[in-house]
Amino acid sequence: MNFGFTEEQVLLRDQVRKFIEQKCPMSEVRKISQTKEGMSVEHWQEMGQLGWTGLLVPEDFGGAGLNWVDALVLLEEMGRGLFPSPFISHSLACFAIAELGTEDQKQLWLPKLASGEKIGTVALLEETDLPQLEGIQLEAKMVGDHLQLNGSKHFVSDVNTADLFIVAARTGPQTDQVSLLIVDKKAEAVSTKTQATVDKTKREGLLQFEQLKVPSTQILGNKDGAADTINRLFDCGAVAVTAEMIGSSEGAHALTVDYAKNRIQFDNPIGKYQGVKHPLANMYVDIESFKSLLYYAAWCVNESPQELSKSISLAKAYASETVPKMGIDCLQLHGAIGYTAEYDIQLYLKRSKWARPKFGDANFHYDRVASLGEY
Amino acid sequence: MDFDLTKDEIAFRDEVRQFLDDNLKQKTDNEFGVSFDADWNKKVREKRWVGFGWPKEVGGGGGTIMEQVILKEEMATRKAPALGTCFMGLAWVGPSIIEYGTEEQKKRFIPDILDGKYQWCTGYSEPNYGSDLASLQCKGVLEGDEYVVNGQKIWTSLAPFAAWMILLVRTDFDTQSKHEGITCLLVDMKTPGIEVRPIENMAGGRFFAEVFFTDVRVPVENRLGKEGQGWAVTVSALANERSSIAEVSALQRRLESLITTARQATRHGKPLLEDPGIRRQIARFEARIEAMRLNGMRYLTKQIKGEPLSSETSVNKLHRANLEVDMAEFAVEFLGNAGLHMRGSDDAVEGGKWIFNSLSWPDVVIGGGTPNIQRNIIAERILGLPKD
Repeated sequence: MNFGFTEEQVLLRDQVRKFIEQKCPMSEVRKISQTKEGMSVEHWQEMGQLGWTGLLVPEDFGGAGLNWVDALVLLEEMGRGLFPSPFISHSLACFAIAELGTEDQKQLWLPKLASGEKIGTVALLEETDLPQLEGIQLEAKMVGDHLQLNGSKHFVSDVNTADLFIVAARTGPQTDQVSLLIVDKKAEAVSTKTQATVDKTKREGLLQFEQLKVPSTQILGNKDGAADTINRLFDCGAVAVTAEMIGSSEGAHALTVDYAKNRIQFDNPIGKYQGVKHPLANMYVDIESFKSLLYYAAWCVNESPQELSKSISLAKAYASETVPKMGIDCLQLHGAIGYTAEYDIQLYLKRSKWARPKFGDANFHYDRVASLGEY
Repeated sequence: MDFDLTKDEIAFRDEVRQFLDDNLKQKTDNEFGVSFDADWNKKVREKRWVGFGWPKEVGGGGGTIMEQVILKEEMATRKAPALGTCFMGLAWVGPSIIEYGTEEQKKRFIPDILDGKYQWCTGYSEPNYGSDLASLQCKGVLEGDEYVVNGQKIWTSLAPFAAWMILLVRTDFDTQSKHEGITCLLVDMKTPGIEVRPIENMAGGRFFAEVFFTDVRVPVENRLGKEGQGWAVTVSALANERSSIAEVSALQRRLESLITTARQATRHGKPLLEDPGIRRQIARFEARIEAMRLNGMRYLTKQIKGEPLSSETSVNKLHRANLEVDMAEFAVEFLGNAGLHMRGSDDAVEGGKWIFNSLSWPDVVIGGGTPNIQRNIIAERILGLPKD
């Protein structure tokens, strides 16, 4: 038994951490988050050379052929540094094509995604914000030999930089009659609109279609046949976001512990006082705990798929419930300095809010734990 | 990551399963149930599953860490009674004697602990020194080949029933640090000068006591470790608590029981379990219990790899403390007036077990370090924050 990481994964973590510390310290994060793109093309190209953009792409199609346990190592470190990157969106798009795509579709798209030449994302949600099949109401109608899309997808992460969208659409009245369509950004009748949100290190917005014609070659797998893959995308998306939440909450926590060791008030470092040290201990308990839950869920993706939904719901519910509160507590423990734009803790607070509803909030996932546990 | 067992481990697991098929007659309904079935106790002793992790030379089973985990998990899954009956002897007195004891002490005490001949109690806390244990003042003075002990202990669990006590006394009052000058003694509770006064707890139980020492003479051969080494003996004993498998499986059973209670209880003619708020709170408990299980496995992996564990076990201790308090309180609250009724009342729910739990959690939540002490341990030893 080994509920820990392999030597290769430990090396990968070191490599990612160094990359982020050297190439993208917090000053750089701030610069990037002021740009229109909200990401660094240069960083993305280097990630391509390092094999990270193709992490989840099978080796036959130019990728590294690794899995979600490896991905979580990257995501923890990216979260720690609030690294602005479409890595989660892109990995989910790769994962969808690898799982459901035909041989031709894989040949056509995966090598370009693996190298980082193209950036992918998934467009699953709509205005109802429901991360399950019932939330997919956008209809793709059969017109002649192609499907027609008219309407919009909401809350599409990295909508501004993606070249390729994996779009969930309804192709029949039964709940599970849903399909995934590959949509190229360059197609006429496709437009995007980036929306203002709380966390400037993350971008999202609307993806709109006006009578878009989608040829059958761009239906991923079979028409009506995407329900299982979409469910896995929701679950893996939650795995990815929760993995980032581990890193970002550890980052915020480390910053606050450090402040508590150095800030002197009433003649002592404030970390000597139980009013400060106990909340920091409680945060440690919560981070350790949703970390264990998440590690297990990430392992389940490949090794025990029947346990995935329950295990990721336990992890994401726990994280979504506790992490935003940690953001607030860390800021308060800093006092007024924490309220300034200049100090980094506020960036972590914003990230904690960003992560809360992504791929389901605490209520959504606790409800699912109860349903899956048959109570 | 992998959760696979080796061939030998699978063979051992199958042996345990077979044993349970053949011998498990009575399941425990009490969560930390000790078995009063002499036949069961004899058979698990013969298997060397009592003190399974202890070295074979002293009569233990010499089980590897993984084998110990397998044994505990299989026992827990089948709701088997505890292995062995000497609670504190098996939990920390025995491990301390194995690590610090003389050959004579090992021969004298270890077999009795394994056989469950009598109970041990633990003389640590004093009226003025509970959480601040290292400041203890109970005095031991070496006179010839005996220590003469004077002072008082309190909150001593099982003292009214125990035959022996592991006792901390101060043998040197002039030390630089309060952790020095403490000595550990093994004391026969029948020694003249010991007076045990049971204290009734708020649930009506009389399991802990005040213990008074007046010129109690303890032979020097009953000193555990060297003079002044008592703090190290204590710390190593408490660090001996490894995984939290037994606690997790007890909490899993409690959760099942909570779901049953919420399913049977009704409000406005509907099962309470249909209330989304109730369901969510139960799911919240489930997430904490599962986190404890997986935290335990992560820490276990560290141990197997030979990496030093810091004070990570405090994480699960805090979870357990919260769950013990919150689960009982939650049930009492949703049961309304009936939730307050105790054994003997016609309106009591399931014999009043939830209100009883809501009054008896201090046994495990306060004993062995309050939640705030666990927070101090995490903050100081893991996060490196300055001491209070």
